[in-house]
Amino acid sequence: MMNQGMDISKNPVCNLVRGERIRGKWHHNEYAIRRLLGYGATGAVYLADSARGSVALKIGHDSMSITSEVNVLKHFSRVQGIVLGPSLIDVDDWNSTSGRYPFYVMDYLKGENVFEFLDRNGPEWFGIIILQLLNSLQKLHEAGWAFGDLKPDNLLVTGPPYKIRWIDVGGTTQLGRSIKEYTEFFDRGYWGLGSRVAEPSYDLFSAAMIMINSAYPARFQKKAEPSRQLFEAVRKSGKLQPYESIIKKALQGKYKSAEEMKHDLLLLLHHDRQPAPSQKSPPVKKPAASTAKPSPQQTTRQVRRQKKKSWAFETVLLFTFFSILYLFYMIGQTM
Amino acid sequence: MMRKKGTLRQILLITDGCSNQGSDPVAMAALASEQGITVNVIGVLNENMPEYHRQGLKEVEEIASAGGGISQIVYTKQLSQTVQMVTRKAMTQTIQGVVNGELQQILGGKSTLDDLPPDKRGEVMEVVDELGETMDLEVLLLIDASGSMEDKMATVQESLLDLSISLNSRIGDNQFAVCVFPGKKYDAELLMDWSSRLESVTKMLSQVELGGITPTGPAIKEAISIFQSRRSKRGLLSRDDEPRDGYFKESGM
Repeated sequence: MMNQGMDISKNPVCNLVRGERIRGKWHHNEYAIRRLLGYGATGAVYLADSARGSVALKIGHDSMSITSEVNVLKHFSRVQGIVLGPSLIDVDDWNSTSGRYPFYVMDYLKGENVFEFLDRNGPEWFGIIILQLLNSLQKLHEAGWAFGDLKPDNLLVTGPPYKIRWIDVGGTTQLGRSIKEYTEFFDRGYWGLGSRVAEPSYDLFSAAMIMINSAYPARFQKKAEPSRQLFEAVRKSGKLQPYESIIKKALQGKYKSAEEMKHDLLLLLHHDRQPAPSQKSPPVKKPAASTAKPSPQQTTRQVRRQKKKSWAFETVLLFTFFSILYLFYMIGQTM
Repeated sequence: MMRKKGTLRQILLITDGCSNQGSDPVAMAALASEQGITVNVIGVLNENMPEYHRQGLKEVEEIASAGGGISQIVYTKQLSQTVQMVTRKAMTQTIQGVVNGELQQILGGKSTLDDLPPDKRGEVMEVVDELGETMDLEVLLLIDASGSMEDKMATVQESLLDLSISLNSRIGDNQFAVCVFPGKKYDAELLMDWSSRLESVTKMLSQVELGGITPTGPAIKEAISIFQSRRSKRGLLSRDDEPRDGYFKESGM
C-alpha cells in the first residue's frame, strides 16, 4: 500500500505468463492464462480459459480497489434485463508464490476499439455509436449510477450486430457521491467546467469529450482559458462542426439527462438524411450550407414552426367549413 | 452500519527535496500519527532532475511511512491528479485501518479485511466507501517553499484547486489550511486559516517569498500545533465537538 507507484506494469500480476494456472482460494475454480488484454491503475486483465470457456480475469494487488469494482459489477447484475457491462462470474483470491492477489472473473467481450471501428466503417457510424452510448448511459443513470471514467479506452464495439459495450467499470459511482476515478482529458473538473459530483451531466461531458477525441486522436493539454479552448477545437474541426451545438451544450452541463442530448442528436441525424440526395451535386449544396448553417436547435424550431403553420391552416379550413355549413342551415331556416 | 460521523485529519506535505534544518521529519511524522493525524507526502520531480536528487527523495517514503500515510513521487505535470488521489487513498486507508481494528476485536487474532471471504469483504467495503464519502475531513497542506520549488509553484496552485474540486464533490464536510515553509519569521507560516474553499489561497501562493532552507521536521511540528489549536478552539466554541471525535476515540486514533 505504501508508495504504490502509478506504474504497476512491473507488478507480478501484470506479468503472468501463458499457461499459468490461477486457482481460487475460496471457490477452487481454476483458470489458465492465455494472454494479457491490458492493464490499468488497479490491476491487469487477462484472457483466460476456464471450465465454462473463455473469460476475462482481472487480477490486482490491492484488495480494496478490486473489491470496490466487484461491488459495482454486482450492482449491475441486479439491474434486470439490461446489458450494460460484462457480467460477473467469480470472485476469489489467488495464493501465488509471491503473495496473495485478489481477482475476479467476467464475461469475455470480443470486440474492437471504438475509434478503430469508426475508421474502418465510415463516418455515418459516428452518430450512431454516440447514440448507442447515450442510450446505455440513460439506462445506467436511471439505475442510479454514473459511469465516471468514461473514455474510449473503456469502450468496445462488439458484433455484428454492432453494439457499444463498456469493459472497465472501475470508476462507476452512485449518483450524488463523488467521482474517484477519472482521466483528466475527459473530466469536467480538469477543464474547469464543473464539479466531480456523480450526476448524468458529468458523464455527458465525457461523452462530448469522446466526440472531440475522435477528431483529435492525440488529445491536447489544457491552456489558459480551457472552456474557450474546447469550443474553438470543436469549431475548427470539420468532423465536429455538425455536432457543434450538441457538444457545446454537453460541455456546459446544459443537458440534465442523456435523453435530452439523445433527442438533439436524433433530430440532427434525421436532418442529415434529408439533404443526402443533393450530395451528388456539391456545387449547389455548398452556398446553401455556408449561408444557412442550421443548428439542431434551429432545426427544432423550424419543424415546430412548420407544425404550427399546418395547424393554423387546418383551423382556418375547419372554420370555413363550419361557416358554410351554418350558412346553408340559415338559408334552410329562412326558406 | 456505522452512522456515527468522525473527522479524518491529514497533513499533506508537498516537497521536492531533502530536509536540511531542525528536527528529524520522520520523528515528527511519527508524533503526528500518534495524535491521530495522518502524514502523506508527495515528492515532486523535475523531468530533467539529476539522479542524486532522486535519492534525496527517499526521505519522502520514510516520512509517510512513519506518519501512517501514503507517499508518491511524481513529475510536476502529474501533480494535480496525484494530490487528490493520495488524499483519497489515505482516507480509505485510515478508515480501513479502523475497520481492521474492529474486526480484530470481533474475530480475534490478526484478522484483516483480506481474510474475510470475498462476499463479506464486499459488504465491509461498501461501509468503507460510504464512510470515505460522508466523513468530515481536515487537510493541512504543508508546502515546501524553498528556492528550488520556484518553477513548480504554479502547478502546486493548480493542484490545490483541483483538490478542492474533488473533495468538495463529496457529501462530507471539508476544511483546508495551507502552510508554507520556511516562513518569514518561523519555520512554517500559516498562509490560509481553516476554510472549506481553497480558491483564495492561489493568489497568496504566487506571492510567497521562497527561502533557501528546507526545515521539514519543524514544519510538521508546527502543522501538528495548528491542528491542536483548532481542536481546543472548537472545544470552547462549538457544542458539536463531541460526536465529531466520538468515532475515533475508541479505536485509539
